[in-house]
This record gives sequence, structure tokens and C-alpha cells, in this order.
Amino acid sequence: MKIKVDAEKCEGHSRCYSLAPELVDVDDLGNAFELNGGEVPAGLEDKARLIMDNCPEFAITIEE
Amino acid sequence: MTDTTDTHSDPAAEAVAASIPERCPVSDLATDYDMFDPEYLKDPFSAWAELRDTCPIAHTERYGGSWLPTKYDDLQAMAKMVPVLSSKSPLVIDMPQELAKEDGSGYNAAAPISADPPEQNWTRRALLPHFTPKTIAPQTEYTQQLCHNLIDGFIDKGGCDAAVDYAQQIPPRIIAHKLGVDAGMVDDFIEWVRGVLELGLQQPELRAKYRDIIRSFFAAEVADRRANPKDDLITALCQTEVDGEFLPDEVVIGMCNLQLVAGIDTTWSSIGSALWHFAGHDDDRRRMVDADDDLWGTAIEELLRFYAPVTMARNAAEDVEYGGVEFKMGDKILMNFPGANHDPDHFEDAHEVQLDRQRNRHVAFGIGIHRCAGSNLARMEMDVALRTWFERIPEFTLTDPDAVTWAGGQVRGPRILPVTFG
Repeated sequence: MKIKVDAEKCEGHSRCYSLAPELVDVDDLGNAFELNGGEVPAGLEDKARLIMDNCPEFAITIEE
Repeated sequence: MTDTTDTHSDPAAEAVAASIPERCPVSDLATDYDMFDPEYLKDPFSAWAELRDTCPIAHTERYGGSWLPTKYDDLQAMAKMVPVLSSKSPLVIDMPQELAKEDGSGYNAAAPISADPPEQNWTRRALLPHFTPKTIAPQTEYTQQLCHNLIDGFIDKGGCDAAVDYAQQIPPRIIAHKLGVDAGMVDDFIEWVRGVLELGLQQPELRAKYRDIIRSFFAAEVADRRANPKDDLITALCQTEVDGEFLPDEVVIGMCNLQLVAGIDTTWSSIGSALWHFAGHDDDRRRMVDADDDLWGTAIEELLRFYAPVTMARNAAEDVEYGGVEFKMGDKILMNFPGANHDPDHFEDAHEVQLDRQRNRHVAFGIGIHRCAGSNLARMEMDVALRTWFERIPEFTLTDPDAVTWAGGQVRGPRILPVTFG
């Protein structure tokens, strides 16, 4: 599974970072970017879906 | 701090209410909603639900006229209509022309919140580094100490006004600490902010008076930091460069104004609404007494969703059509993010507070380029304020539900909230 944060859509709500710092980090402006090239480590698939479903900007997508 | 034995009144609010002509009853929500109707302030949820079914973008002629969208998808779309829905005048009621004076600098009074691109963009980039999760985290300890100190002041009295003695006291001290201004100014800050955002909304002269007080205060602070740099946010903003030049004084003053006006009664309203909820919902209160981090995490987001305090406004910069409604140039549009958060098309059982709600794409902090710059700070304050309260005062109830009053229009939250401990 891979996640992608659309930098054009992200407005820095930090919902994903607070839920899953294993999957995303935030830059100096607070905008999110994916870790590990977006690869979701085994066992964190539910968290990946959770951050997608909590993003107010619909900025996170998942490729299964 | 207000003495807890005499907090069941709000003289400043009563004086303003007495000076405003009696409101006519609402004839039809879709064409005549009243954002200051005390019944609407107590329960806006049923009004939004009715409007979503009958007229999802309502209109009123009251208070200079405005539009009220109530559906999540419409708020999402309208927040992205930049700059045709302009943010230059983000309060829910515009100032009369003669009081809405410009300072002549050409800069905006509270950028980035009251600016459109491109000014919005560079001012926001200058401000955001001070409000990321990582820059906010170190302030947690100070906030915890502050909350404990406040509780020490009333815990032996058997009760307090949770709005006046607690919720209201936290954000102004955090903002004062962050900006680097005298904590002894806290009572003034509360008065000024209510003067602009609450009591002054329907009283333009009052609002103009406090706007000018705030501006003068920060003009002096900025001049001081230019001469005597300190380790504080005002100094950091004074030393921020954009395209090789320091931010002009007027921009720094505007940013300080923004932090005071947007960072205080918003967060105190969220903390107050949460305490109101737990004081009146015993099952939920008991559930949080031994809550783990995961439950606190979802609970804070759910309380933000359900009791989202802030409605910002836009003005149509030109005639524009959206969703079958024709907005005329200058029309005021209330960005009803709180209403979006109750849309059943996007939230299962939207009318219920579910403290463990997992999927919660709420928009309490707005969406798009004007997402609340202080959202990480607000969340930290709310988290610390509620956890510290529950640690010290796990059992509490409303002393008198009828004594509770709600402010609203721009920022909805309880202003009088007597609770009894134990």
C-alpha cells in the first residue's frame, strides 16, 4: 500500500501528522509530506486509511 | 480574575443588549434567519438541519444582509472560490463606511486572515512557521502549569464559572506569553477582544474603539521590539524577511492584532463548550475520567466538530453564481463551517456527540488557504485545558442550566457557565 499527500491540496491541518507520525511528517510551514516514499509499512494499513478519511482537504490518496 | 461568587451575570453583554432595539421574531428561517437570536445561539443545529432540507443557502436582510450556506459540500466549494469570494472583511457584519477607515499604509489590518492572494500568501508564509505542531509542542508545559494555577484558585470553593474563571483565562495568557507582552494585560485583552468580536459586532462605534485601542497597543509594542529585540514572537516577526526586506511595521501590527482577536475567544469558546457538554452529559463525562490518549484524541476532534465555534465571512468581489444563488458584488456570505460539521451526508449520526468517532473530516478550523493558522495551538490548549480539568475535577455538573448564556454570530460559545464540583 502507498499513500500520497497532494501538496497542492494540503493546507497544514496536521490531522494526519497527529494520527500517524509513522506515515507522514510536516515541513516548516506545517504542511504534510509522506515518509518512506509513501510506502505504508505492514500493519499500518488501517492508519493509512484513517488519515485519508480525516483529511479536511481530501489531500491524501491511497494506492492499494 | 472575576470572583467566583459573583459570576452569574455579564454586565458588559447586558449593557450592549439593552442598547439594541428589540428583535422581530423570525418569520421564515430561509429568508429571515437571525444569527443573534438567543434561541438560535442555544440550538443552531435544528435550524441548520431544517435549512439543509428546505433552502441550503439561506438569506437574511438582518444586520446588513447575509447568506448562510449549511451543507458541507457547499462550504468546501465556496472556501475555494478565491478571490471571487474575498476575505478582506471577514467579520459577519461590515463596519459602516465612515468607521471602516484605512490606515493609509496599503496593507491589511489583520493579514493573512483579512487578505486575499497575493498578500495573503506571503503574510501567511511568514506566520505559519510559528504555529506548526513542532513549534507549538514546547508550550505544552507552560499551558499545563497555567491550568493548574487557575484551578488552584477555585477548587476549594466547590464550584466556579467554567467560562469566566477557567476557559476565558487560558488563551489570553498563552497568547500574551507567545507574543511577549505583559501578562498583567489579560483582563484588558479579554475586554478588547469581546469589544471587537462579540459585543461590538452590533455596535460599530464600540468595535471601532477597541480596534483602535488594539492597534495603538501593538504599534507601541512593535516600536519597542525594533529598538529592544527580545526572545518573543513580536521580535521574531519584526526580524522576518520577505524578498530580502523586513516585514513592514503595519504588517507585524496586523499579525499581532490577528493573534489577539482570532486566538482568544475562539479557543475559550471551544474549551467552554466542551466543559458545558461534559457538565450536562454524565455518561460522556464519566467516560473521559479514565480516558487513554486515543480516546482523548478522538474526543477533542469530535468536540471541535460538534461545537465548532467560528463562522468567518466573505464578500462577493463581483456578481457570481453558485449553487443556483446569484451573489451580487458586495454580498456577505457567512462561512458556516459549524453547520457543515453537522451535515448528515458527511457524518454518520451527525446530531450525536460520539467521543470515539474515528472518521471525522470536520472543518472546524475552516478549509482552503484560510485554514486557521493557530489550529495547532488551539488544539494543544484545548487538550491540556480539558485533561488538566478532568485530572483535578473529574466530577462536575451544571449548577443551573438556565443560567448558561451563549454568545455567537462570529464565535459561538458559553459566556456564563456555573458548574458545581463533586
